Amino acid sequence: MSFSLYQINTMPSGWRKVLYLNWPLVLLLSIVACIGFMMLYSVAGGSMEPWVMPQAQRFAIGMTAMFVIAMIPIAFWRLVSGLGYAVSLILLLYVEFFGTVGMGAQRWLDLGPFRLQPSELAKITIVMVLAAYYARIDSAKKSHPIYILPPLVLILIPVFLTLKQPDLGTAVLLLLGGGAVVFAAGVHWAYFAALIASGGAAVLAVFASRGTEWQLLKDYQFRRIDTFIDPTQDPLGAGYHITQSQIALGSGGFSGRGFMEGTQSRLNFLPEKHTDFIFTTLAEEFGFIGASSLLFVYLLIVALCIWTALSTRDRFASLLSLGIAATFFLYFAINMAMVMGLAPVVGVPLPLVSYGGTAMMVLLAAFGLVQSAHIHRPR
Amino acid sequence: MARSQKRKIEDSSAQLSRRAIVLGGLMTTTCLVLAGRMRYLQLERADDFRLLAEENRINLRLLPPARGVIYDRKGTILADNAPNYRITMVREDAGDVDVVLARLSRIVNLDRGKLDRARDEMMSRPPFVPVTIADRLTWEEFSLVSVNAPALPGITPDVGLSRNYPLGGDFSHVVGYVGPVSDYYLDTTGDTDPVLQIPDFQVGRYNVEARLEDVLRGKAGSKRVEVNAAGRVMRELDRSAAQQGADVQLTIDAYLQNYAEARLAGESAGAVVMDTQNGDILALASAPTYDPNLFVRGIPSSIWQTLNEDPYRPLANKATQGLYPPGSTYKMVVALAALEAGLIDPNETVFCGGSMQLGNRRFHCWKRGGHGRMDLIQGLAQSCDVYYYDLAQRVGIEAISAMAQKFGCGVRHEVPLSGVATGIAPTMEWKLANRGEPWVMGDTLNASIGQGFVLNSPLQLAVMTARLASGLAVEPRLIRSIDGVEPHYDPITSLDVNPANLAKIREGMFEVSNGERGTALNSRTVLEDYLIAGKTGTSQVRNITAAERAAGVIRNEDLPWERRDHALFVGYAPAHAPRYAISVIVEHGGGGSAAAAPLARDILLYAMFDDVPPLEAYPASQRRSVQERHDAMQLLPRRGSTDAPPSNGTGTSRA
Repeated sequence: MSFSLYQINTMPSGWRKVLYLNWPLVLLLSIVACIGFMMLYSVAGGSMEPWVMPQAQRFAIGMTAMFVIAMIPIAFWRLVSGLGYAVSLILLLYVEFFGTVGMGAQRWLDLGPFRLQPSELAKITIVMVLAAYYARIDSAKKSHPIYILPPLVLILIPVFLTLKQPDLGTAVLLLLGGGAVVFAAGVHWAYFAALIASGGAAVLAVFASRGTEWQLLKDYQFRRIDTFIDPTQDPLGAGYHITQSQIALGSGGFSGRGFMEGTQSRLNFLPEKHTDFIFTTLAEEFGFIGASSLLFVYLLIVALCIWTALSTRDRFASLLSLGIAATFFLYFAINMAMVMGLAPVVGVPLPLVSYGGTAMMVLLAAFGLVQSAHIHRPR
Repeated sequence: MARSQKRKIEDSSAQLSRRAIVLGGLMTTTCLVLAGRMRYLQLERADDFRLLAEENRINLRLLPPARGVIYDRKGTILADNAPNYRITMVREDAGDVDVVLARLSRIVNLDRGKLDRARDEMMSRPPFVPVTIADRLTWEEFSLVSVNAPALPGITPDVGLSRNYPLGGDFSHVVGYVGPVSDYYLDTTGDTDPVLQIPDFQVGRYNVEARLEDVLRGKAGSKRVEVNAAGRVMRELDRSAAQQGADVQLTIDAYLQNYAEARLAGESAGAVVMDTQNGDILALASAPTYDPNLFVRGIPSSIWQTLNEDPYRPLANKATQGLYPPGSTYKMVVALAALEAGLIDPNETVFCGGSMQLGNRRFHCWKRGGHGRMDLIQGLAQSCDVYYYDLAQRVGIEAISAMAQKFGCGVRHEVPLSGVATGIAPTMEWKLANRGEPWVMGDTLNASIGQGFVLNSPLQLAVMTARLASGLAVEPRLIRSIDGVEPHYDPITSLDVNPANLAKIREGMFEVSNGERGTALNSRTVLEDYLIAGKTGTSQVRNITAAERAAGVIRNEDLPWERRDHALFVGYAPAHAPRYAISVIVEHGGGGSAAAAPLARDILLYAMFDDVPPLEAYPASQRRSVQERHDAMQLLPRRGSTDAPPSNGTGTSRA
């Protein structure tokens, strides 16, 4: 039996593909998005404007994109991985020079009706290109130093560019997301030990650079770290967010105040109540039950992606699904840790819930890739 | 397929699965940590946080700064801040909004339409945002609401500050006005001062208020207050006071300004009075005026439309924004250009037969029968056009315009007012660039009598006159001090002009007002120490065709208003020791000697006497009509009297 025949026989085609979609994943994603709509409705004071309608539109577009991407064979996506990575690098460079400055940082590309945030795109393309790389090279050589070098460069270029924007949250996400793929590919664990050690050194370097001319982070980022370490130090300044966020969260209690009944998060105590801090509204209005349920749904989504990774024999598809699972996990874990005072405020949205177009659409597109891997898996 | 290769693939596949499971384990562990944190915050410490949330919610509120007060040169208040009693409402606290509003309207008289708008605004915004329901309440209404507060949940009476212009229209063209912060304002200025978020905050929109916004605004203060679950303020924790805006003192004399505006009233006119020695602008009047208080809270569109459609254009500042052909008031500059170039002898005469032929065009003198033999002095005194046609051909346009610019014409002067016009002192290059045609001699002739391409604002003509009178390169100054400190002005230098030539020009200007045949003889003064020197100007706003000239030029009074000539006068006084310079324009007023010169004389006399001038200063034959006019004028109560406008009385902006 030739290889091509094997493909035709084992892969679904045409409308039958729809049956093979990972429908539980679609359901879970929709649940999370609906939670997001409810929260946006609540923080707007009981109104579809200004956030729910645009968010719902983007969700519809993103879901459509997910289905279209899912229908295209995973082999195609492996072929365009390099190209996608190159495009996102070019866009990152472009914002570096021509981007719109928003909230003190240069992150957006103005495309008329909407704004594109290339760093969001990069989070997925980095995973794609690394998965394609490890699917291509000889598995025995993957831990050889020469073969470690390309993935390292592939990760560090976008990390450096997003740090320059400056967008610490995205830089961390790119680094850890990329790292997860390299780890999953089976690179020797000693490299990771070394990486963690050098990461520690990098943190030291960042702090050492403070106040000097070549300071690696902006002043506001340093202040955020300071206040993370001790929020009471500046309770009405930068520590204000963390303190208020925890008051809102904690006051939710076990069952919450009830939908639309939150007072803390809607009293304008929090600046980005519809974006990075939306979890506080959820936790305040639905309490521990609501917050931990969302966490559980998120974990289920990650588990479904890992299951796809484990059930396919295509190395690219497998690494890609794992990488996307890791990236998605990093999103919500960093965001929740941040609003709960376990991590510094770095500006990572709560995936599929926070208001924001690019992140939502890019994530849904990424799940489209997982779906494609799921449908087209050699069985 | 080779067995070893297959094994390798299976090996790596198994390794991938192991790593995937490790990753999954790591993620699950992290989620457990997060869930643990949730448990800690939401279950173990829930009561602590709930207490904090209910009773100890800290709210940061901005305190608006008081806007700097604007004074005149002697301390009369031109713009200050009046308390504005208003009512705000928070929907969340009100319970049933309609019931509360109905109760409120039984206590105080509220405008129905405004109430509906406030209600709509309240419904469209988050329930905890305070919305202003009524402002500018009287003290009585305000007290009533305060007393009834328990029956009016969600209603808060409070006191804000609102800009007030006690002298009304007199200073609309100088001080300007403030207005609400609009989206347009935020877009065009890029201003991100947090103070702009304060409800009903006012920013300078026009003239001094706008141009000195930075110094007048001040800095916002803040207070931390504890609010309870309903958002009600429980107590104030601390506050940092707002930093008041700097007070500004203008060089304007409010009483002179008031007199000037009163004297111009009824015309579409502008006037500028300047100190010839230091350039202080003592009065800058433009008629008609409008009440700047109307703009403070956003002007109703009906009033705006009326102001905008008035043919006398009350919104335009004729003194600084208006550009007019200066007419004969330009002749001093032309004569000086000729004298400085050494091209003429002041005593040399030119024959005026009523017109001059240039090529196939005939240039007319205003006096059809001609003036006969004219020298420099008589040429100015009788304003003979032919004399200047002759001069202009010898001097050329470049020297004329260079001299005009030296005297401040066609040059932009830096005064903190909106839309200050630059004017035109035309040159050959200018015409080629702007009209695409080469300069011709006819243009020079037109320019020599202040017609054609020449355009000046009354401010520029006042600067010109002050420089002619003093020989100093004075620049107009409008700001006397900011927070009691005089702003930096460059030292005043002498003009690079032969003093003997200037003296000749002044002699001519003296003849205009005092000579037997002077064009402004009727507007002379008779007290030796208060004599005026000046120059009349009448500038055409239409072309007189050859056919019309043949049939007899139509008299101004027979023309529709907007086609009549502009009347101008520039002058200074006292003639022998110049202290005050003035320029007056009366739009479509007819002749300069009849329409503009009397206004200029009265204003100059007021400046010299610092009061309504005594009748002895006027020629005996005019005293009765002057008396009648002064009786009819509505002027400010005398300085120092009990009903005089408020002043800090010190003559400086801050004690």
